[in-house]
Amino acid sequence: MPAPSQHGSPAVRPAAVSAHGWGWRHAGRTRPAVHALDLDIRPGERVLLLGPSGAGKSTLLHALAGVLGDADDDGEAAESDESGSLLVDGAPPRSRRGRAGLMQQDPETQVVLSRVGDDVAFGAENLAVPRDDIWTRVHEALADVGLSHLSLDHPTSALSGGQKQRLALAGILAMRPGLILLDEPTANLDPAGVLEVRDAVARCLDKTGATLVVVEHRVGVWKDLVDRIVVLQPGSASDPAVLLDGPPDTVLEGAREMLKTAGVWVPGYVPATRHRTAASPADGDLLLAADNLAVSRERPRRSRFRKIPPVPVQEGIAAQVISGQALAITGPNGAGKSTFALTLGGLLAPVAGTVGAEPRLGQGAGPDPYRWKAEQLIERIGTVFQEPEHQFVTGRVLDELQFGPRHLGHGAERVDELLERLRLTGLVGANPYTLSGGEKRRLSVATVLAASPRVLILDEPTFGQDANTWAELASFLTELLDTGTAVVSVTHDAEFTAALGGAELRLSAPERVAP
Amino acid sequence: MRQELNLSGGTAVLTRANPLSKFAAVFLVTLVLALSIDWVSASVALACELLLFPLAGLTLTLLWQRGWPLILAAAVGGWSTSILAADSGRTLIDVGIWTMSEGSLETGAGFLLRGLAIALPAVLLMSCTDPTDLADALAQKARLPHRFVLGTLAAMRLVGLMAEEWQTIGMARRARGVGSRGSVGQRIKATLGQSFGLLVQAIRRASRLAVTMEARGFGGGERTWARESTFSALDVWVVAGGALISGLAVTAAVSAGTWNMVWLGQ
Repeated sequence: MPAPSQHGSPAVRPAAVSAHGWGWRHAGRTRPAVHALDLDIRPGERVLLLGPSGAGKSTLLHALAGVLGDADDDGEAAESDESGSLLVDGAPPRSRRGRAGLMQQDPETQVVLSRVGDDVAFGAENLAVPRDDIWTRVHEALADVGLSHLSLDHPTSALSGGQKQRLALAGILAMRPGLILLDEPTANLDPAGVLEVRDAVARCLDKTGATLVVVEHRVGVWKDLVDRIVVLQPGSASDPAVLLDGPPDTVLEGAREMLKTAGVWVPGYVPATRHRTAASPADGDLLLAADNLAVSRERPRRSRFRKIPPVPVQEGIAAQVISGQALAITGPNGAGKSTFALTLGGLLAPVAGTVGAEPRLGQGAGPDPYRWKAEQLIERIGTVFQEPEHQFVTGRVLDELQFGPRHLGHGAERVDELLERLRLTGLVGANPYTLSGGEKRRLSVATVLAASPRVLILDEPTFGQDANTWAELASFLTELLDTGTAVVSVTHDAEFTAALGGAELRLSAPERVAP
Repeated sequence: MRQELNLSGGTAVLTRANPLSKFAAVFLVTLVLALSIDWVSASVALACELLLFPLAGLTLTLLWQRGWPLILAAAVGGWSTSILAADSGRTLIDVGIWTMSEGSLETGAGFLLRGLAIALPAVLLMSCTDPTDLADALAQKARLPHRFVLGTLAAMRLVGLMAEEWQTIGMARRARGVGSRGSVGQRIKATLGQSFGLLVQAIRRASRLAVTMEARGFGGGERTWARESTFSALDVWVVAGGALISGLAVTAAVSAGTWNMVWLGQ
């Protein structure tokens, strides 16, 4: 690929950041998200921001992007509270429109318009860049992120998660920002997508020399790309906001133990997890089996009184779910892993083939989980979704946990044990939606287990989780396995698969050529 | 669902016309048809419209898929009018309180044809107009505020996403023991809960999207447009075509003596 021309494009001037005694309290909160932050970032520096959840990392990025406490934001600005100073190139970020570009975690909301070219052009348009320059920038930006093979009117909805994030990066680059802000840009991506995005960021920084601030749990991914690591800690009156600051190797060496304690994924560190005690593969009973199964999320279409089955994303799947044994479903994106798990869990109807429950699992409800009533389903097969919020049905953590048992007419004897075991005891009165990412994950597992299912299915349970939650979850699941529950997990996480042991079912990519 | 928000067959002649001129043409035709209930003007307009469909890249199957609710509504309207309209001329059907005479059948046919002739241009317009092009035209040519137009456009992209989210939330709730099967009451309750879940997710997504847009400089004062919304010779033809169809419809109806202004009555 020829080097993109620099025609009509003045070089990017990297931005400087300086915070002095800066603090921010969100509207309606008593504690500040960030307190007394002192931080100077020189133009062109690349900084990895670490710290436990609640340390205000995202708040800082939003502030630098100039999107914090907007007056339009439900009029909340009146109640939020700013102290000290935070400057980009010596001026408040809000007055520096276009100097900073921000990428967030959820790929779906990083795309604004429905055609690739329009989406990249969007930021430049808002900065009133002349039309001819915009298209030059669009082509250049798409080439820089490795998406130049797409036509400008390619639909953005047809992109993968990694491609969407690279598209967002292109949209940011087209604004020619001096400061690039990445807020967990790869947390929702599979391993291939993570590297795709990381490499695109590296190429763009090498080319433009822009300043970078990235927030991410997985240090290993970004370590070689940054030249400084800053560790923040939750705001308080006595401690400084910056806990550690220095070159990556120094910080990682000096504070390795501390970072591990804080749940940071330090390179080369796999958290210790409990080992299985009762692991003897021959012992388990067959509970559930998939036979020559074809799966799809689409429903059959009706046409002239005939049912036309959808095109399956994966077919010919055979699998056995055995009590006390783990089954990991792995494979590349688009292979239909989640769809298979949902079908196995009685939530989607098979396109072809069967999912059959053995009588010892079905217990009078019949062999087809999809035909079971919801109450019958949850005490036999529990499914934990990738996004915990999808499964919240009440407004309080305790109600959330009691919901399943109450529906089944059980006592809630398992609830206290789960609260204790998954460290949710202090949160019983909280609204589930206000919990942190790790707490939401633990709660969603606990709520499904409260109905005591014999088969537990988890969809990407470790995505975006810090090392502490990861280890807790893995250890907890080994206990569950030892008590005879079958655990099926859809995962890209090889360490997690190894921690649980058991069988692996690898689904291959569909043969159809992706558009 | 998500694909339907984009145009599939984007090569048809009418997709290249400016959305505003297409609007003007549709307005002219619709206006004439709203003025009179008679079958001559309606059938002339309808015949012309059907001739134009290939220009919008539509086939009869596609037309039915996209416009069946409107077509059905027109048919029902025509049917009930022929039953209920004041009788005149020979009685054709007499079933107790329902009678259908030559006169009422004529009014009913006029109603049906008129309904179709008004509905089809709308289907035609939507089939050959890309939402992004429409937004460009509304903001650049019709001078609507760009914050409003682009905000709506971005939100529309989320609508397709929400359709997928609805299915996922439905399954996620079944996995929590909330059945979407059972008695009517249970189903209504389950649907309400699911709607609330979707609402929460929609608000979350929308606020994240708003941050994305703001971080890309949206909401400031001056902005430029990467795609210029232009008028071309084609647009002259489109508006002239609209005027021609409406003119033909009026002329035909007046010379056939069926022109019947709505407010003048019989």
